[in-house]
Amino acid sequence: MLRAYVPIFLFILVAIGFAVVTLLISRLVHAEKPNAVKLEPYECGIEPETDARDRYSVRYYLVAMLFVIFDVETIFMFPWAVILDRLALFGLIEMALFLFILVVGYFYAWKKGALEWA
Amino acid sequence: MMPLGFTRLDFYYLLPELIVTAGAVALLGGDVLLARGRHRLLTWVGLAFLGAAAVALAFISGREGTVAQGMYSVDGFAVFFKLLFLVAAALTILMSHRYLDVEGARPGEYYFLVLCATLGMMVMAAGVDLVTLFIGLETMAVSFYILVGYIKPSRRSNEASIKYFLLGTFSLGLLLYGMSLLYGLTGSTELRTIATTLAGGRGGPLLALAVMLLVAGMGFKIAAVPFHAWAPDVYEGAPTPITAFISVGSKAASFAMLLRIFFEGLPAFRMDGLGTIFGQPLGWTYFFYVLSIVSMTLGNLAALTQNNLKRMLAYSSIAHAGYLLIGIVAATPRGVMAALVYLMVYTFMQLGAFAIVVLMRRQDVIGDELKDLSGLSVRQPAAAVAMLIFMLSLGGIPPTAGFMGKFSLFAAAIESGYVGLAIIGVLNSAISLYYYVRVVVYMWVRREEAAAPPVVMSRALALVLIVAVAGTLVLGVYPRALFDLAQASASTLGRADQALGLLR
Amino acid sequence: MLDAIAFYTLAALILAFAIAVITARNPVHSVVFLVINFLAVAIVYIVLGAEFLAMIQVLVYAGGIVVLYLFVVMLVNLKRGPEAHQDPRRQTGAGVGLAVAVLAELTAILAYTGRNPLPAVVPAASARGPGGNTEQLGWLLYTTYLIPFEVASMLLLVAMIGAIVLARKVD
Repeated sequence: MLRAYVPIFLFILVAIGFAVVTLLISRLVHAEKPNAVKLEPYECGIEPETDARDRYSVRYYLVAMLFVIFDVETIFMFPWAVILDRLALFGLIEMALFLFILVVGYFYAWKKGALEWA
Repeated sequence: MMPLGFTRLDFYYLLPELIVTAGAVALLGGDVLLARGRHRLLTWVGLAFLGAAAVALAFISGREGTVAQGMYSVDGFAVFFKLLFLVAAALTILMSHRYLDVEGARPGEYYFLVLCATLGMMVMAAGVDLVTLFIGLETMAVSFYILVGYIKPSRRSNEASIKYFLLGTFSLGLLLYGMSLLYGLTGSTELRTIATTLAGGRGGPLLALAVMLLVAGMGFKIAAVPFHAWAPDVYEGAPTPITAFISVGSKAASFAMLLRIFFEGLPAFRMDGLGTIFGQPLGWTYFFYVLSIVSMTLGNLAALTQNNLKRMLAYSSIAHAGYLLIGIVAATPRGVMAALVYLMVYTFMQLGAFAIVVLMRRQDVIGDELKDLSGLSVRQPAAAVAMLIFMLSLGGIPPTAGFMGKFSLFAAAIESGYVGLAIIGVLNSAISLYYYVRVVVYMWVRREEAAAPPVVMSRALALVLIVAVAGTLVLGVYPRALFDLAQASASTLGRADQALGLLR
Repeated sequence: MLDAIAFYTLAALILAFAIAVITARNPVHSVVFLVINFLAVAIVYIVLGAEFLAMIQVLVYAGGIVVLYLFVVMLVNLKRGPEAHQDPRRQTGAGVGLAVAVLAELTAILAYTGRNPLPAVVPAASARGPGGNTEQLGWLLYTTYLIPFEVASMLLLVAMIGAIVLARKVD
């Protein structure tokens, strides 16, 4: 059973090896001449003004959080979809209840402005 | 329409939980749809749903058995605890009615979270499967993590929430590890199946490890020493009605879960089977014995020096966990009955005591220090008398319900032969009187601060105090009804036991 | 045999990267090591035959949770290094001592159980049941474990509301 995954494993090894070998050879071959301008982080050609670590709005975090919750809801639907033919109407109703509760949450998030600007 | 072993009866038995869920969703909808000024209506909406759930509970009591493929049970034990939770939740909502206005917090999500916590507690009381118990525990715990941090401008509130969350998640991890070991040993997550599989003498060090992890995880939730470190800070920082709800509801639900796991899942390992310690056979009552003594002693000693009412009540609550564990150590139906009685009694007196602390919170005054109670007998004599009754009850003085509860606990312990434990309990009760009576002294003997704003009692709070005082006094003078109810409930626990002939 | 090699290599990777997570100086490096840790755990699930769980591990953990971690690292915005946050009251010695004691105890228990194995329980359906992992899981989840599933929806709702309540501006 596990033998079927050996080709995938070899594939991963080759991919990692490719990345590692390329970087390694590049590091061994290049001439190291650092210079203040060369070491600056790239900002599309403009001079960077502030440190990159500025304060961000918490709205981004909220969106990521909501993503995780709805992601978990989605993965609950995967096995349900696979066996729906065995579960018939009963399965539909139980999943409808589950989804309804989360849709209420979505409605709340929408009305409270958690989905604005982000 | 309902294949796979489900029947219409399952839905009928789940009605209380469904009503609470509907109530939670309705509160959320109301919060979004109602205009700002009408939010105070939500208090009554929440209470209406809780009342409806209690009525539904009355219809399903008296039955027995498990529903939903063995995940959920509807025995008297579950009904007793669900009633306790609904009462506690209703009193909490009443206490919060004016408190939220003073704090400037929004009531809609607050009541929603209170109802979700109640739902989690009800699932914890009725689950007979490790997975169901855990999900109920998580629902209750997450609701509380948020509720504790609800007053956002308050730093203490934020800090309490973080502490509760970090320590709580870690302990839940330990609990889950213990549960997974139990599953690995028995191949099933249902408590009855675990009991029957393990009864064939499959114990040993792995089971001992699983039991230790379960004790550690549950010990955190009931705030037993040495897992108590979260309690003082969380109780002090949380909004006072939530502190009350945690100290009553979370504790009762955790005890229900503890009783379920140990009495229905591991009944054969009470006295032995987990190995030996210092030459004596080791059973799980040993762990609770140690936890009980340490909790009672440390809780009481630490409460002696507290000046903040909420912290003092937190340490007293730790000590009470110790007293309750005596009932579990006794490990007889009598002991379980005593624990149930004490939990119901504890609900009333603890909620009442915290209601007085809520009363003291008004504009510009935080009011949870001991000195804020000075002269209460002059300003609000009714409240002072109520607090007197609650303090005496917590200390275990007749004719209050606290005395009845402690009496039955110590009697159960002596009956099972744990005389030393009962003596330690009595000594600790005596010590605890110092800090309970100190509160009374502040109310009656000290003069009030000159510049303190007036104490106003809202009608909702008055209702809470009336209910709490009535519960404390009536159950103290005429406990027969409660004892019978608790007896009936306790005897339904561990029915699998009797089938195996393991219950004494 | 192949199972054993796979498991031990993966276990070594998981432990190594877990240690890297807690010892890395830069929090973003920590998070990247955590991702590799999660991916290794997903491969362990595949070795055990639970492909659906491996998928979930990658989707939710390595996909969602790690993004959350990165956002937190971004938001918290630590300018000082970890030394600035050392608490002099921390009892490192006692902590390490206790951890070693627990480890010794666990090893003793496992060694004992390894020498005296318990008689086999009636095996629960293996992850590679008929129809594959997803069907097995689905059947159990939506029939036997229905109540926990529905309560889990309330749990997710609470988490959602909690996140919004705690993150919004004080008004």
